[in-house]
Parts: sequence; structure tokens; C-alpha cells
Amino acid sequence: MERQNQDYFDRAAAGWNRFIGWIDARVPLSSFVRSQATEYYAPKNFNFWYYFGVLSLVVLVIQIVTGIFLTMNYKPSAEDAFASVEYIMRDVEWGWLIRYMHSTGASAFFVVVYLHMFRGLMYGSYKAPRELLWIFGMLVYVALMAEAFMGYLLPWGQMSYWGAQVIISLFGAIPKIGEPLALWIRGDFAISDITLNRFFALHVIAMPLILILLVVFHLVALRHNGSNNPDGIEIKKNLGPDGHPVDGIPFHPYYTVKDLVGVILFAIVFAVVVFFVPEMGGYFLEHANFEPANPLVTPEHIAPVWYFTPFYAILRAVPDKFLGVLAMGAAILVLFVLPWLDRHPVKSMRYRSSLYKLALIVFAATFIVLGYLGLKPPTRFFSELSLRLSELYFLFFLVSWAYSKTRSRGFHFGLFAGVLVLLAILDAVRWDPINGSLMLQMYLIPAVYLAIFLLLPVFTRLNESKPVPERVTF
Amino acid sequence: MKRIIACLLLALAPLGAMAASADVELDRARNNLANTASLQRGAKYFVNYCLGCHSLQYVRYNRLAEDLLLTEQQLAENLMFTADKPTEMMTIAMRPEDAERWFGVTPPDLSLTARARGADWIYTYLRSFYVDKSRPIGVNNTVLPNASMPHVLAPLQGYQKATFEEGVDADGNPTKHFSGFTEPEGGAMSPEEYDEVVRDIVNFMVYVAEPVQLRRQEIGMGVLAFLMVLFVFAYFLKREYWRDVH
Repeated sequence: MERQNQDYFDRAAAGWNRFIGWIDARVPLSSFVRSQATEYYAPKNFNFWYYFGVLSLVVLVIQIVTGIFLTMNYKPSAEDAFASVEYIMRDVEWGWLIRYMHSTGASAFFVVVYLHMFRGLMYGSYKAPRELLWIFGMLVYVALMAEAFMGYLLPWGQMSYWGAQVIISLFGAIPKIGEPLALWIRGDFAISDITLNRFFALHVIAMPLILILLVVFHLVALRHNGSNNPDGIEIKKNLGPDGHPVDGIPFHPYYTVKDLVGVILFAIVFAVVVFFVPEMGGYFLEHANFEPANPLVTPEHIAPVWYFTPFYAILRAVPDKFLGVLAMGAAILVLFVLPWLDRHPVKSMRYRSSLYKLALIVFAATFIVLGYLGLKPPTRFFSELSLRLSELYFLFFLVSWAYSKTRSRGFHFGLFAGVLVLLAILDAVRWDPINGSLMLQMYLIPAVYLAIFLLLPVFTRLNESKPVPERVTF
Repeated sequence: MKRIIACLLLALAPLGAMAASADVELDRARNNLANTASLQRGAKYFVNYCLGCHSLQYVRYNRLAEDLLLTEQQLAENLMFTADKPTEMMTIAMRPEDAERWFGVTPPDLSLTARARGADWIYTYLRSFYVDKSRPIGVNNTVLPNASMPHVLAPLQGYQKATFEEGVDADGNPTKHFSGFTEPEGGAMSPEEYDEVVRDIVNFMVYVAEPVQLRRQEIGMGVLAFLMVLFVFAYFLKREYWRDVH
């Protein structure tokens, strides 16, 4: 009996192997699995921050699957769009769940992507040889912003309508080609049925295709050099006798089982939002968007969804519409060139100087406060604060560049004085006697920032890196 | 310099062009969706006092019956005055153009008002009508100044007057701040009874804005329980695999 069983298993295994062999002769299945999973060596010291890459992928899948089901019941016309969303919420079986997963997924996407990007900043994941990996990631981020912006118009609520109206009108600020360009994007003189139709097409087919293609490029670039890690050490430089990195472990099964834990943890947080606070206090679903779009009535307060507000705050802070648009664009573009600004040989902030760590924390805090300011109506105080924090946002990149190598005392003093004068000139250009004292007081914000990050390296040893270890640490 | 200031103002124009809204403090509605009797009363009040002018165009009568635990007969006898079939939407017979001629504006659909404005806003609004002879309909509202809506619930609440404190602001301009209401006169109910009626209406409107919220959290608890069990398995699976990683 036992022997008979053994026989049976042997035959089944042989059959399976023949089947895989048949496939391998036609497509390289086994070698693909080996190169991408079972013999792809990843650093063994990934921490919590390394979950957000796989989580981005999980959210992408959630958005695509729920998006397909939403498309089955949504009607992309100005006449029916709002009502069809309510139809999904009330009459379609589980429609409310699909819709809440999609709306929560949009915000969740930006949460995980922002944390994923910050991880890259902390551990220097954008540095050589991963510059293109970083750039593909930035392209994914930009495509995601376009995707989210177009998707937000589709429910055709008041905030959908007026948010799109304000953002598209920004293109109008570009000299000469601005107005024709805005007209070309809208396809009409104001946001209309035509705009809704084309945004629907772009949102459900064009942008998702581009997004998936970019994600593939991002992953190909990742697998080519392998992941960075919290210590910022290249594990491929330290191979064992078997030719594999001594600090690496096969992606499968180690990281597949570990990521599973992270994905379930994420699912728990996601479910809490979807089932208990789907509006998230008006941040994920804005209150004004529960009124149908009305071109004749402007909502009391127009603010983009929270994930755009840091850039929106920068845009609004600049007292000239076109320059504001340029500043907002520059705030995104400057991230693209980060690998060439910060050329310090030490990757991970663990071994960077105390001052660099502080600069990174201040940068993250600046981004969050700018996000808050972008949600609020622009009072005099808030506008001025937004402008000063926008200056800090860009100064972080200047400091990163200045810290790239050991610089002379003269360089530090010169840069400090030069930037202070430049900022003073900018203030003189936008001088406004009503706000005069507020402007002067807040001038201290960039001044103190520059003093800390450009003068302290001269007088203290706070800008000295620590030695990078040979092997990764847990 | 002037050009820069003008640019600044222009850049902020879309945000500055806001309709002024009253900044009165809102009272807490304290409605309870689990109170089905309150929802049923709210539905009755809504159909009798509001549905004449305000539709609930996304709501079906039979969905109400299902969620508020009413039989089809109860539904037909108490709530369906203008509809023939229980599958119909709660629409109104008044034509928008007529409404605009009579009231100046078309009374808005109220399906989603609780989500757009909030329960507290509706609760305070329905209790804040006051006599104002300068308005064509004779009443005004502190929450929505110059509202076109008549005080439909006056037979219950009666009419109250508002008192205002007059003063001057920092720039020397006269200001008028709402300070309170007088005791309402001519209503069939005491203020406490009236508050309960309004609370029932608000409760119903909150339900109507998202019918699934009665069940959503229940399902959510089940989903969370499942995920937590799954998490325990995944955690120990990971620990088992990672035992040999040092």
C-alpha cells in the first residue's frame, strides 16, 4: 500500500516536471522565477520603511480592480455622472464598498508613495547606481498625480468641478500659449461635459497604461542593481564562496512571507478607513463634493485634495501667478535631479552628519506644514509663512548640494551671504508696506535655517559623517 | 509695486471669491442612527413637512421600508403619498421652474445634505428661523442668512425673534452680532419637544445621505476580525522562515 502511494507520487512529480519542462522549452519560466525571486538576493536588513514599495504595488492593483468595477456602472457625462455615483453607492450590490475602496485607495496611494519616497531620501536610494531607478519612480509619481487629478473630476461634485477649474486655469498663466493651452486641455471655455469625457478616457485607459509601463521600468531598474538598504552598503561587493552576497537572502521565500505580514497590516488600516471613516473627516472625500457640480455657484473655499496641497501652498505663496506655477513645477522637478545635487559618498542618513539628519527632518516637517497651509484659506500670516517655508523647501536641495563634499570656509560664508542677499532682493521686489513688518520678521526663518546649515559646519564638528560599516547591521 | 499687489490679489482671487456665510456656532445634533423609532418618526416628519418641496431623488421608498423595518403596508399608508410603486424614487411633483417663480430658487434635493453640510448644521438651521419683516416670506435664518425657505415647522415651533448686539469693529465699521432667540410664540410644542422632532428629522437625513452606514460598520468588524486572524498566521509563518537569518 505504502509502496503503491510512493509510486503514485513519483509518477505525479515526473509528470509535473515534464509539464514545466514543456513550458521552459517555449518560454523561460523557471529561469525567470529564479532570477526574480528564488535566486534574487535582497539585503537581509530591510526595516519597516521597506514595506511601502510593495504596498504601492498592492494599492495599484486595488485601484485597477475597483476601477474596472466602477466603470461598469459609472456614466461619464455631465448630466448623469453625479447621479451614477449615487446609484453605485445605493443601488449597486456592494457598490459602496467598491467606491470607498477606490476613493480611500487614491489617498492611500499617496500615503504609501510619499513614505516610499522619504525612505529613498533617508537611505540615499537615489544615489549611483540607482539614479534611473529614482527617475522612473519620480515619473510614476508625476503620472500618479495626473491620474488622481483626472479621477477627481469624475464624481462631478462641486469640488471636482471647481478644483479642476482652478488647476487648469493655472496653465493659462503661461505667457502667450497659456490660454490656448488651457482651452485645448478643457476642450471648452469652461470645464464641461467635453472635459469630463476626455478626463474619463485618460483616467481609465491612458494614464493606467502609462503608469503600469513606468512601474515595470521602475522594477526592471530595481532588479538590475538590487535594492539599497538602511545602511546604504552595496551587498554585491561582499560575496560569499557560493557567489551570493553574504548579507543577502533570496527574495522568495524570505521577503514574500515578510511582505505578506506588511500587506495584511496595511489591509487592516485600510479596512478601518473604508468601513469606519471613509470620508476621513473631509480629507479623503471632501464635504463640498456631495453637492453636484454647479458652474454658477463657487464653493466657499476651494482646496485641492490633501496630497496636492504642499505644492498648492508653494504655488499660492508666490505673489505672481506665472512665477507661482513655475515654482510649483520646480518643486517637483528639483526632485528629479536630486541624484546630481546630493553627491555625498555616504548613502544612508545613519552615517551622515547630525546636521544632514536635521536638514532631512526639517525638510519633511516643511512638506507637512506646507500641506496644512495649502488646505487653509490664505490669510496674510499663512501666505507669508507659506512663502518662507517654500524657501526652506528649496534650500534643502541647496544644502544637500553644499554638503556633497568638504568645502572651504570661504565657500560656506560666501554661500550663506549670497543666498541671504538673494532672498532679500526677492523680498524687495515683492515689498508690500501693509505686510512689511510680517515680511521682515519671517525673513528670520530662512536666515536662521541658513545660519544653522551653512555656518555651523564651519564652527562645529556637527557636519562630520560617521564611518560606514563593512557589513550590514540589523 | 501696484502691479505686484494686483497679481497677488489675482492669484488669490479664486479663493477670495467666496460667498459670505454666517459664523454662528452650531448646536450638536446628538442623533443616533441605531434608534430605528427615531428614524421612522423622522421619515414621517420629512414626508409630511419637507417632501412637498424637497425631493430625495436618489432614495427608493422600498429601501426605506427595508432599512427602517417597515412593512410594505405601513410604507404605503404612512409615507407614500405621491408615489404609486414602492420601487419609485422619492421625487416631488413640483416643477423646478414653478418653484423658482414661487420661492426665488429651486428647493434643493436633500439626499446628500447631511454629508455636504453635516448633521449639526441641519439641526441648528431648522431651529434658527426668526421673524424678519424685511424678508418677502417674513422669516430669516441665522445659520443661512436670507434663506428663501419659509418656516415650514412654525406650526410646531411657533415664531421666535432674534436679538442682535450692535457694536463697532476695529476699523470703526458698525457690526451686528447675533446674541440669542426669544421664547417662540404660537407653536403646538414646547422647545424641548420641538428639538426632539428636529433631531428625528436630522437623524433621518443622515441615514438617507448614506443608507449603507447602518450595515457598513458591522461588516467592517467582520473584515477586521478576519484580517487579524490572518495576520497571526502570516506573522508566525514569517518568524518560522526567518529563524535561520542572522
